[in-house]
Amino acid sequence: MSRFEPLADHSGISSGGDLTAWQTIRRGAEISPELTKGIGFTVVLAVLSTLGRVLVPFVVQRTTDEGILAPGGPDEGRVLLWVAVALAGVVVTALSAYAVNVRLYTASESGLATLRLTAFRHIHDLSMLTQNTERRGSLVSRVTSDVDTISAFVQFGGLMLIISVGQIVLATGLMLVYSPALAAVVWGCFVPLFFLIRHFQGVVGRAYTRVRQRVGEMLGAISEAVVGAATIRAYGIEQRTAARIDAAVEAHRKEAVGAQVRAVVAFTAGQFVSGLTTAVVLVVGTVLAVRGDVSVGTLLAFLFLVNLFTMPVQQATEILNEMQNAVAGWRRVIGIIDTPADVADPRAAGVELPRGPITVGFESVSFAYPGGEPVLHEVTLDIAPRARIAVVGETGSGKSTLAKLLTRLMDPTDGRVLVDGVDLRRIRFSSLRARVVLVPQEGFLFDASLLDNIRFGRPEATEDQVRLALTELGLDEWAAGLPLGLDTAVGQRGESLSAGERQLVAIVRAYLADPDLLVLDEATSAVDPSTEVRVQRALDSLTRGRTSVAIAHRLSTAEAADEVVVVDAGRIVERGPHRELVANGGVYAALHASWAAQQQA
Amino acid sequence: MPPTSTRSTLRRGVGVVAQGVREQPRWFALAVLGSTVYGIMTGLMAWAIGWCTSTIVIPAVAARSVTAGQLWTIAGVIVGVVTVNVAGIILRRTAAGFAMYNLGAAYRRRVTRQYLDLPLRWHHKHPSGQLLSNANADVEATWNIFAPLPMALGVVVMLLFGAVQMFVVDPVLAAVGMVVFPLLFLANAVFQRRMSPLVTRAQQLRAEVSEVAHESFEAALVVKSMGREDQEARRFAEAAYTLRDANILVGRTRGTFDPAIESIPTIGTLTVIAVGAWRAGQGALSAAEVVQIAYLFSVLAFPVRAFGWVLGELPRSVVGWDRVDAVLQATGAMTYGKTDLPAREATTLEARRLEFAYEIDLPEGGTELSPAIRDVTVTVPAGATVALVGPTGSGKTTLTNLLLRLVDPDSGQVLLDDVDLRTVRHGGVAEVAALVPQQTFMFEDTIRDNVTLGGRHTDDEVWEALRVSQARRFVRTLPDGLDTRVGERGTNLSGGQRQRIALARAVVRRPQLLILDDATSAVDPSVEQEILSALRRVSRATTVLLVAYRMATIALADEIIYVEEGQVRGHGSHVSLLASCPGYAALVSAYAREAADRAAVAADEEADADVDAADADAVTDSVADAVADEQVDT
Repeated sequence: MSRFEPLADHSGISSGGDLTAWQTIRRGAEISPELTKGIGFTVVLAVLSTLGRVLVPFVVQRTTDEGILAPGGPDEGRVLLWVAVALAGVVVTALSAYAVNVRLYTASESGLATLRLTAFRHIHDLSMLTQNTERRGSLVSRVTSDVDTISAFVQFGGLMLIISVGQIVLATGLMLVYSPALAAVVWGCFVPLFFLIRHFQGVVGRAYTRVRQRVGEMLGAISEAVVGAATIRAYGIEQRTAARIDAAVEAHRKEAVGAQVRAVVAFTAGQFVSGLTTAVVLVVGTVLAVRGDVSVGTLLAFLFLVNLFTMPVQQATEILNEMQNAVAGWRRVIGIIDTPADVADPRAAGVELPRGPITVGFESVSFAYPGGEPVLHEVTLDIAPRARIAVVGETGSGKSTLAKLLTRLMDPTDGRVLVDGVDLRRIRFSSLRARVVLVPQEGFLFDASLLDNIRFGRPEATEDQVRLALTELGLDEWAAGLPLGLDTAVGQRGESLSAGERQLVAIVRAYLADPDLLVLDEATSAVDPSTEVRVQRALDSLTRGRTSVAIAHRLSTAEAADEVVVVDAGRIVERGPHRELVANGGVYAALHASWAAQQQA
Repeated sequence: MPPTSTRSTLRRGVGVVAQGVREQPRWFALAVLGSTVYGIMTGLMAWAIGWCTSTIVIPAVAARSVTAGQLWTIAGVIVGVVTVNVAGIILRRTAAGFAMYNLGAAYRRRVTRQYLDLPLRWHHKHPSGQLLSNANADVEATWNIFAPLPMALGVVVMLLFGAVQMFVVDPVLAAVGMVVFPLLFLANAVFQRRMSPLVTRAQQLRAEVSEVAHESFEAALVVKSMGREDQEARRFAEAAYTLRDANILVGRTRGTFDPAIESIPTIGTLTVIAVGAWRAGQGALSAAEVVQIAYLFSVLAFPVRAFGWVLGELPRSVVGWDRVDAVLQATGAMTYGKTDLPAREATTLEARRLEFAYEIDLPEGGTELSPAIRDVTVTVPAGATVALVGPTGSGKTTLTNLLLRLVDPDSGQVLLDDVDLRTVRHGGVAEVAALVPQQTFMFEDTIRDNVTLGGRHTDDEVWEALRVSQARRFVRTLPDGLDTRVGERGTNLSGGQRQRIALARAVVRRPQLLILDDATSAVDPSVEQEILSALRRVSRATTVLLVAYRMATIALADEIIYVEEGQVRGHGSHVSLLASCPGYAALVSAYAREAADRAAVAADEEADADVDAADADAVTDSVADAVADEQVDT
């Protein structure tokens, strides 16, 4: 069994916290190749637009010196010439800036759409247990707000970063031409700043990671007010809920302000260092000028260059703010994408099962939830094709675990589950899910029409096929009695229907999907007895030819089954036809006696 | 988009800002103060360099000697200006951050208050993904404008200062400025007019992406067990790609306007130089003055962009505000009276002629009313136990919601001890009555807090309630007992465990009226039996209304009310209803009849098996036939 990941390893979603900023960006670019596609040309365009930006002040200076201040009065021809050159520069800058904008937006939005989709798909690929370690709201934020923070950075920050770096290189080159000594002074002042920036990157980055965590907690608290609306009203605990939300909102506010203060300090540190640099350049430059090493004109030109140099450095520290935010978001999204799907689809390498009656085998299967006590102990069970099995047992006996292992929502800690003699882990999901369908106790409904909900598992089914399925299950009258029949919108999570009605939809949905093995996990617990019996009968007569396993605590289901499997404390304790077990006078007989007594009133 | 909408975006944007300023006047004032200091100091920096150059550097170079004192003066002046400038920036941005996040927090509180106050009917009409987005992303979008705003206001002062300078120097050059700066403003206005609808759309689509993701992840188990991951991914891709295209359109528009808006001041500077050279040639002004104004243009060009940022945030802000405000303005919050319900052993429950209809959205638009409760009158005497029985979808849950005023009826009234619920003060009903809904909701909290819900109950009382709901045993085995956290929506617990916690939640409050809405559907029959008998003991004096399907539960009741299609079709004892009400009889005896049918079929089967024991198929066929026959019979 060494081929399979041990179960204990599979809980929890990586927060991606171990990736450095650079690793995060590299991994991000790997996931979204659109981000880097054609980036070379975009950078060229960005440099071009930067050149234009530098050209304009340069031309302004030339015009002033050679045109207006020309000896013998203003030289208007020369001024117009320079102005024309500058205008050309403005046009080039504007055009390349336009192209850069459009290219960046297209690349980033396409790349981030890919990132969203990859993360979304992977979340569905994660095992049920892994999914349950995370709040739904925080899963949502990984494909929404986290991605949005990245887009803000890639579109604005990324561009600015390119331009800033270009400007720093350009300014350094010019400074070296004017005075290598002063250039060294400027760099000498800025080297500590680079270290300072690195330091602040860590501080600000951690602060924004905390902000994102607070956002998740805040959304969790707010969602209680939305999803738990009925319970909150029934118990009059509006104030308590409000207090909990307020605490989460306040924790987020504090953390956000804290992060803002850190980012401001990081930004102003850059501002401050650039001011200091100006002072040092002026002081050192004065000494050099007094010694005759540089002219006063060069010194003044140098101050201008220092500005051309410090502005992008400051901008870079500003972008840091955005980048930390973005990297934190990116890291979280990557964290989810890089979380291994431990109950994985073998895909192409997997086995494709032919359709037809299904045999099920449990080979000394044990199961424990991560970090928990075993809930199943070496269960061995064979289910013949076409058999109708009822699994009964007390709550917590492990019967639902059996259903989840059988449908491969989880993998056993030990042992094997076989379908038609093949280990479930070797069967391709597309094949497995078409053949084996689980109807859970709380089948989720989508905010769509009844019709679309029923054909969720088989979208190509026609309306007539849906009607036929309803008729076959004896639910046609019920469906017709809904306000708009099949067109009735079931509402958010199916809330316009009652719990029992939602279960009926889930059953029709599974029935229409036409699996070879139908696993019903307390699928009719909220349905009224006469409807339950009607559906049960229909399923029995119609599931002939397919294997069915029903997990039930109502023994009416067990009575109808070919065979009853009694689970107690994670072990199969009895097994046989209903009447035999009743006659044996064991655990089942006792359960049934109590059930029968309840039915008599 | 008609031009009025731009004006109205601007006007309404200013309104949003004004609202924010009214609520955070101090932090806002501090931010503006910081911004002003920053503006002045940025100007002073140029002056300081000029002053140092003319009074220290040039004389020193001329004299070929410089003293340490002179060098210290240079350093002192520059560093002094820089320090004050940096202080101004810190003040501006920190204060702006406080204003922004304080506003965000305040509005999140207000929005969520509305979620708590608005009726369930309102909740049902709004997707929860949208409500989460209103409280989070939309609030953020509304107040993000406070980040660039203080700087922009500092720039206004700078611009006024610049305009005065221009007029003082030369009216003709000032005229250039009077063309350029309004042009800049106009460009920004056109930009906003184009952007506004695009941004609105993108924001709407962002909310849709979030809704799809939310629903799909909530449905994760169903998606997985039916293998519909690809289908869901396609559904999400559709939303994500639409958003992508909308965002690219936003980027394209921004890409068109940004460079244009950026180049206007530069063109202005060049115009000043060209016109200035001509004016200087005429002798109207000196070369230095031309340079001064050109410099002024280039200095103002960058900060003016802060204006653009504010204008850029404006549509987002207005759209965010509209969505937030829609929640804040939503009415229909239940109104409450001042009456207290009498405290006594048991409460009398009376419902008179209740009518209730759900609003159904028609596919072709518009709504239709779908009656769920029709002319229902019920009375539950103090201390009585009444069962509410009816088929799936007959309106039982709706009725329980009406009886405890989770929802108000369209007409009719509910009285507890002769007090109309609508006159009871807020929270008054919950003090005497408890509902255990069919769908339990668990808070992300400990077991203890999920039972007490913040009420003052001792651990002994909690354990006692857990004992009644048959949850004591499993809670004891949990790692931290009562302190075990149940996870979001109680995912760590099974459905039956959640139901038992929810039951304990009601029991611990010792209600005078207890309503159980099929509250034991997910527990084992034997456990259910234990729960019911324990309940019977502790609630002997309590008025109990239970929604029930099964005989075990129905047997607890003194009286039964049978509902079908939202109407009361019969009430009385079990025996009398069996005789008088065919629907009731069919429902409650379904299991027993089924068992009898099975027995009959089994008998046939045995007979057949005797005839041909080897032919298993024949047996199954005969079972099928028998079942078919039974169906005809019923």
